[in-house]
Amino acid sequence: MTQSSARNAWLFLSPALLLMGVFTFWPLLFGSYVAFTRYDLISPPQWAGLDNFRYLLDDPVFWQAMANSLRYLLVVPLIQLAGIALAVLVNQALPGIKLFRAAFYLPVITTVSVVGIMWNWMYADYGVLNSALHWLGWLAPERDIGFLSDENLALYSVMFVTFWRGIGYYMVLYLAGLQAIPAEMQEAARLDGANSWQRFWKITLPMLKPTILFCSLISTLDALKAFEEVLVMTRGAPLNSTFTALYYAFHQGFNQLDFGRGSAAGLVLTLVCLMLAWLNFKLIRADHR
Amino acid sequence: MTAISLPRALNHRRLLRKLPDYLILIALAAACCYPFYWTLEIAVGNGEQVFDFPPPLWPREAGWQHFIAVWDAIPMGRFFWNSLWISGLTTLGTLIVSSLAAFPLAKLRFRGRQLVFYAILATLLLPSEINFISNFVTITRLGLDDTRLGVVLPSLAGAFGIYLMKHAFEEIPDEIIDAASMDGANDWQVFSRICLPLSLPYLATLGIFTLVWSWNVYVWPSVVLKTPELYPLSVGVLYLKGAFATSTRMVAAGAVLAILPVLAVFIFCQRYFMRGMDGAVK
Repeated sequence: MTQSSARNAWLFLSPALLLMGVFTFWPLLFGSYVAFTRYDLISPPQWAGLDNFRYLLDDPVFWQAMANSLRYLLVVPLIQLAGIALAVLVNQALPGIKLFRAAFYLPVITTVSVVGIMWNWMYADYGVLNSALHWLGWLAPERDIGFLSDENLALYSVMFVTFWRGIGYYMVLYLAGLQAIPAEMQEAARLDGANSWQRFWKITLPMLKPTILFCSLISTLDALKAFEEVLVMTRGAPLNSTFTALYYAFHQGFNQLDFGRGSAAGLVLTLVCLMLAWLNFKLIRADHR
Repeated sequence: MTAISLPRALNHRRLLRKLPDYLILIALAAACCYPFYWTLEIAVGNGEQVFDFPPPLWPREAGWQHFIAVWDAIPMGRFFWNSLWISGLTTLGTLIVSSLAAFPLAKLRFRGRQLVFYAILATLLLPSEINFISNFVTITRLGLDDTRLGVVLPSLAGAFGIYLMKHAFEEIPDEIIDAASMDGANDWQVFSRICLPLSLPYLATLGIFTLVWSWNVYVWPSVVLKTPELYPLSVGVLYLKGAFATSTRMVAAGAVLAILPVLAVFIFCQRYFMRGMDGAVK
């Protein structure tokens, strides 16, 4: 009885394990190996030792990409605060509230290529943002802000799109967290005379803690892995100022056809991700004590 | 009389008190959706000036001709069909693979269960985009480069789907399963006749999530596919931008056409999105 059950268990698992083995676990091993080789996809990988890593150490663009990925972490606290605030706002039983939830979720379900097209226009010299600033008189008529062409600004413009694209996602996660809080607790506090601000700090926020930790972890990892927005909006320009770690890896591989260097950069990023995830878990555990 | 009008008066007062909240909500929603409206305005507009400011609230000389022009000039129908093919197969495959894998993890006792589950869950921490390089090699070796199947295959088994379905199956009381086993049902029958039908809402949620996600996915298809005839809409729209760099209105029309199907699915299935997230947090 138990014997057949164990055999069946592996049978049920086999399609998933086979697919994950080939497309998730094998790439980890193969990618780690390729990182130590010279590889252009056409001829087989040639062992190169630490050459790729030495190249990365000497490449200022790689350092800039890593620094930008860390800068991207700025999105994490902002998107959490905005997500919680929005969730509290749309958690009320108001007529038409579903429409608002849908409006905030719309950017989440839009393909990144369309997002790129729209925001390239929004940010353009003749786009809405510059025109609005001219119209308000905050910007001299002959001057334009190069949201995507100013090397000091471009990364932050791209980060804003990531923020805009993700805020609805976290709103929904926090909404689920809010709705899991028993209504009786809020009611009891209300009867004890707590105002809505006190109720938020003393009940809502502590009860939301597991959701906050979960959301912080995934948004930290997502910020480190940011690159789709870069790919469709700037391709690393201007002057490599919008390179992120993952875009660098992608660029080395698919544009420069140097898959060894791409994999090496990917391996470094993977290690950074694991380190930050580990740190996050440490913090959660410390918190539980 | 008073019995009827009193609640209404209260209601009005309540709404009035909520007015600041409404104003904030309207302002934020407008900011959030403005890029969409602006793109739509460009697509339906027909004036000389593409980018007016302040932009008219309603586009001048509105018309649908750019949508028709884009549909004629570019194989939009073809892109649409490819998107349907790719996301349909991805969704079906994900549902099958995830629920099959989740069943033993939730309901069968066997050695290595925890290990397998944590190994699957751990993949959430790794940057899967890093796999693009190795997966591109694998897909090429399998002779699936430049095919739609090559786009679909790597995404079928994912931790999110397995986790969500495991959660669904765990909600089914063990007593029902024990009773079925007593009656002589084998594991397969328990899975297909009891567990699957009882977790239909979760299957729907996972299905809609996967459908929308795979409809929108951009990077991997653009890596695998070389032939424009095989492009899904997400990739085709940017191809459009290259082909019609001068006709902004055509590009805008294409962008609008690309998001319309997802928008329709979302409007009809909103509650599944909210519920799926619910399951993800637990």
